[in-house]
Amino acid sequence: MTVNGAERESEVEPRTLLAYYLRETLGLTGTNIGCDTSSCGACTVLVDGESVKSCTMLAAQADGASVTTIEGLSNGDGMAPMQQAFHECHGLQCGFCTPGMVLAAVSFLDEHPQPSEEDVRMGLEGNLCRCTGYQNIVKAVLACAGNGAKP
Amino acid sequence: MTATEAPPEAATRSRVFGTRVLRKEDPALLSGEARYTDDLAIPGALHMAVVRSPYAHARITAIDLAGALAMPGVVAAFTGTDLLDDWAQPMPMAWPVTDDLKNPPHYPLTPDIARFSGDGVAVVVAESMELARDALEAVVVDYEPLDPVVTVEDGVTDRVLVHDDAGTNKAYTWELKIGEDAVEQAFATAAHTVKERFVQQRLVPMAMEPRASAAIPQPVGGEVTLYSATQIPHILKIFTALTLGIPEHHVRVIAPSVGGGFGSKLEVYQEELLCVALARRLGKPVRWVEERSENAHATIQGRAQIQDVELAADENGKLLAVRVNLTADMGAYLMLITPGIPLLGAFLYAGVYDLPQAYSFTCTGVFTNLTPTDAYRGAGRPEATYAIERAMDRLAQTMGIDPVELRRRNFVKADQFPYTAFSGLVYDSADHEATLATALELAGYDGLRAEQASRRDSGSTRHLGIGVSTYFEMCGLAPSRVLASLNYSAGGWEAATVRILPTNKVQVVTGCSPHGQGHVTSWSMIAADRLGVDPDDVDVLHSDTALSPAGLDTYGSRSLAVGGIAVYQALDRVIDKAKTIAAHMMECAEADLDFENGTFSVRGSPDRELPLAAVAFAAFTAHDLPDGVEPSLEASSVYDPPNFSWPNGCHICVVEVDEETGAVDVLKYVAVDDCGNRLNPMIVEGQVHGGVVQGLAQALYEEAVYDEHGNLTTATLADYLVPAAPDVPSITTGATVTPSPTNPLGVKGIGEAGAIGSTPAVINAIVDALSPLGVTDVEMPASPLRVWSTIQAAQTAATGGAR
Amino acid sequence: MIPAPFDYARAESAEHALALLTEHGDDAKLLAGGHSLLPLMKLRLATPSVLIDVGRLTDLSYVRDAGDYIAIGALTRHRDLETSEVLQAEAPLVAHVAGQVGDPQVRHRGTIGGSIAHADPASDLPAAVLALGGSMVVTGQNGEREIPSSEFYLGFLESALEPGELLTEIRVPKHGGAGWSFQKFNRRAQDWAIVGVAAVKANGSSGVALINMGSTPIFASGVVEAMQAGASASEAAERAPEGTDPQTDIHATPEFREHLARVLVRRALEEIG
Repeated sequence: MTVNGAERESEVEPRTLLAYYLRETLGLTGTNIGCDTSSCGACTVLVDGESVKSCTMLAAQADGASVTTIEGLSNGDGMAPMQQAFHECHGLQCGFCTPGMVLAAVSFLDEHPQPSEEDVRMGLEGNLCRCTGYQNIVKAVLACAGNGAKP
Repeated sequence: MTATEAPPEAATRSRVFGTRVLRKEDPALLSGEARYTDDLAIPGALHMAVVRSPYAHARITAIDLAGALAMPGVVAAFTGTDLLDDWAQPMPMAWPVTDDLKNPPHYPLTPDIARFSGDGVAVVVAESMELARDALEAVVVDYEPLDPVVTVEDGVTDRVLVHDDAGTNKAYTWELKIGEDAVEQAFATAAHTVKERFVQQRLVPMAMEPRASAAIPQPVGGEVTLYSATQIPHILKIFTALTLGIPEHHVRVIAPSVGGGFGSKLEVYQEELLCVALARRLGKPVRWVEERSENAHATIQGRAQIQDVELAADENGKLLAVRVNLTADMGAYLMLITPGIPLLGAFLYAGVYDLPQAYSFTCTGVFTNLTPTDAYRGAGRPEATYAIERAMDRLAQTMGIDPVELRRRNFVKADQFPYTAFSGLVYDSADHEATLATALELAGYDGLRAEQASRRDSGSTRHLGIGVSTYFEMCGLAPSRVLASLNYSAGGWEAATVRILPTNKVQVVTGCSPHGQGHVTSWSMIAADRLGVDPDDVDVLHSDTALSPAGLDTYGSRSLAVGGIAVYQALDRVIDKAKTIAAHMMECAEADLDFENGTFSVRGSPDRELPLAAVAFAAFTAHDLPDGVEPSLEASSVYDPPNFSWPNGCHICVVEVDEETGAVDVLKYVAVDDCGNRLNPMIVEGQVHGGVVQGLAQALYEEAVYDEHGNLTTATLADYLVPAAPDVPSITTGATVTPSPTNPLGVKGIGEAGAIGSTPAVINAIVDALSPLGVTDVEMPASPLRVWSTIQAAQTAATGGAR
Repeated sequence: MIPAPFDYARAESAEHALALLTEHGDDAKLLAGGHSLLPLMKLRLATPSVLIDVGRLTDLSYVRDAGDYIAIGALTRHRDLETSEVLQAEAPLVAHVAGQVGDPQVRHRGTIGGSIAHADPASDLPAAVLALGGSMVVTGQNGEREIPSSEFYLGFLESALEPGELLTEIRVPKHGGAGWSFQKFNRRAQDWAIVGVAAVKANGSSGVALINMGSTPIFASGVVEAMQAGASASEAAERAPEGTDPQTDIHATPEFREHLARVLVRRALEEIG
């Protein structure tokens, strides 16, 4: 598969979940694991540009796909617009849910470029945060949408 | 939005105090560069997994490790009995609240009896996490199930003992009785009394990062480094040394990035101690990471109290006396500060009200066969606030007056501060009238009442409810002498060091241990203001006992009001030293020097200036220092606060309750909090948002549900309902500012406030909505089922059972 | 949490999938998007020894106008259903319901076939297809057969799929001009329905199906009968609990579920008008 633009080829045990493959085999520990039940969304990555929970996908299922983790969101210098918006709007505190939240938001804006606040909230229904009360996360996503830049 | 901006900060005359400085922590967290404990690359590390009891109460009759040990990749496996000799003393408990407290010894693995579902009975160590978890299934444990104690009501009967040796399930009874005769008199003669029972359901803290630990031994010297997802590296270091009998100077504890705590990581945990013990036994690093369902079972839980609350009031609703009887669920064992948690609320059952010396508080701590309880965001204070604020609404309902009016009649008035309360504690500052007025205006209170009336007239089944709560929080833990009077085993001070490097960059060393609060940014702001440097020129070292040897860590909304003041005082001292050197360099008297914006200047001679940078370099070279002045520009401070800090506020929640389905929709939420001067309003508001949602989640969503066998039925995030973005309202924040007179920055804590104000505001709103249907209370969480059932019961009662 | 070990085989075609199913027998499970199966395997509540990954059978991902009905490939993802213009125009209930399943991440991976074959009574799409009177096309070693949705759901997580059979297509009648409503009652947006109702009312035919009111998705025959007899929405809704067997869990008692079914059916019928 392609991960953050680079070709990666590995032999894995069939049961290896994509999240563990990214973390343990590739050392991309920005993808966090917060639950066992596909509920929390901390492990969200982009597969072929769409948000998926990497704890609920076998690495083998991602064979041939293009995977983007938080480490690869920004091409080159500085932060991507969504990361910048989270920073400017104080959309993170402890940061554990943040990589998944940011990538879920990127995928959401890609599908809904002009969202309302309610749309944003529904669009992030699969990601739990325990610190921010979501207020500034929603604000960040709306700000990013308002910028019109590719998230 | 902000209704009332902070007045200029007199104490700091600052450029950055009170501004929205973006967080320095963010880039690493946003890019995935930050390392949480489980992210650390530790060559050669072995992985530990814990065999846990599936029974709430069972005798362990045999454990067979052979099957696990025979599996490839499994390195070792141990039972609780195998490891008994590794412990120099039992698991620590630091708050013996009474002299006759029952604290039966317990160990990281129980050797004989499992006392809650999730109690550790054995460990396996393997070459990978996968192999360790596979091996768990090969450990055969024979259990003899015992009758479990699943409720405190059952526990107090001593029908079944959780700890045979204790002879009772009652861990302690603690009392605070002030004016006993006055209490009796008041209840005998009061015009109005209310008597309510409230249930604080058990909550699972659910920090997004599960716990994780890794112990790295140095087999030759005997030293050990423990990495852990903890709020308290300093306290953990001491207890790791004591519990394992390791000299304290051989233990180093590091908390890397920590993904939230909310009290659940304010603990010395079994698994932390096991990692250290096994690493020392095996001579290799041993690491462990918790699964979410393991977290739900084996990480401490919160709340879990039954509250019997009585108010007596005169004909105008003025409070005359408060009587409280708590039954607090300790769970199976006393963890670090388990017994003290309900007592943190003991002084707050009169809320923000002017109560005469007529107060009776009794708390009984009871063992059950459930997960141990301990600190969870607010720890005792949300429970107290909930009880008084719900009871005040009930009193208003009984009297037929607006709950806002009842509160106004009872407020401690602004001109009464500092106010010595019935308890003898001194509330530092507040203006409850102003805070209430701000909240009412932001909510549009009068308009809401009008809309409520018209909806009621129209017969709508979508009931509008408006809930108000006001609170005082006692935080900034804490004056060490007060802690001593409460039998707490440690002090409440905090330490800081400020080091100005030769190139005029600054290091601040703090004993606080942030896990999402933004201390690096906040401490940088304090230092930047005082030293006239940019916040980016300041680094903050923390959470590593080798870099920051002294500290009492982060909990109880203490960091800014205690740790921040230590930083402030250390800055004072470093500036004093710099001034001595500057006076020497400028050949003037110290008393003639001013220091502003990073520059020393001679008063009256504006052209004579010396930048701090020059002093810093001179202190480093030490070529020409005044006699008796040591090289380097560094100073330390340990600050012990003279008082708690007393943030306060008013929250208003507006709900729509669907009578047909019991669904509650939060339409509006207003939080007006007063935490004194606000160093960084952006961070303050962030803390409020998160706290409000956590408190709202207690009111509407969350509950650790146990069945009659003591099995947790809500052990995943699919069943335990932590709300997501669409499940919570947008929050309007406002602020009033009454600077705290007890510290030079005028600040108070804000970490727990949101969770304290919100829970009663939400439930008050629901009860307000349904009061025309005869509803006087709704149990938490107010799920559709509970709300609907409550409506059915109220209507059945109203119609005498005929429907 | 990680699943217990298993062997993995990737099917390259429907025929290959059938051959693999035959080869591995009862120990094998089909893996589509994985959003029903993998969570069970992670908790080790399911421990198949072989997973047959049918996720690459892209020729089973389609939405086609087949004249009388709309044909949906079993491996069509929820997201693709939600955004399908054909569905939005000709089978809007299916498009809408697909957009209510789980959360966006689930909808990017989960498939209609996986959801229907899992036969979860709390699931949204099985009930929608049942309300519409759709059917399932399954393929086995002996060829293809079409099973009406009324005969497909046999019990809790149990369908009429025989071992060795593969669900390949879901057919739903066109209902572009009909009134429809979907009522999902849950506590958090991402949760399963505590009770849900899918309803459609067209000239001459109506369907109402209930979510999480028993061990299977349930067709509310009593309600439909009352509607055809000209009953009002609230009269018809009173018959919602008929034939149901609701369970107790942390969210609801059977009594509350029956009550919710009446309320939600009434609201659905009122919305349809």
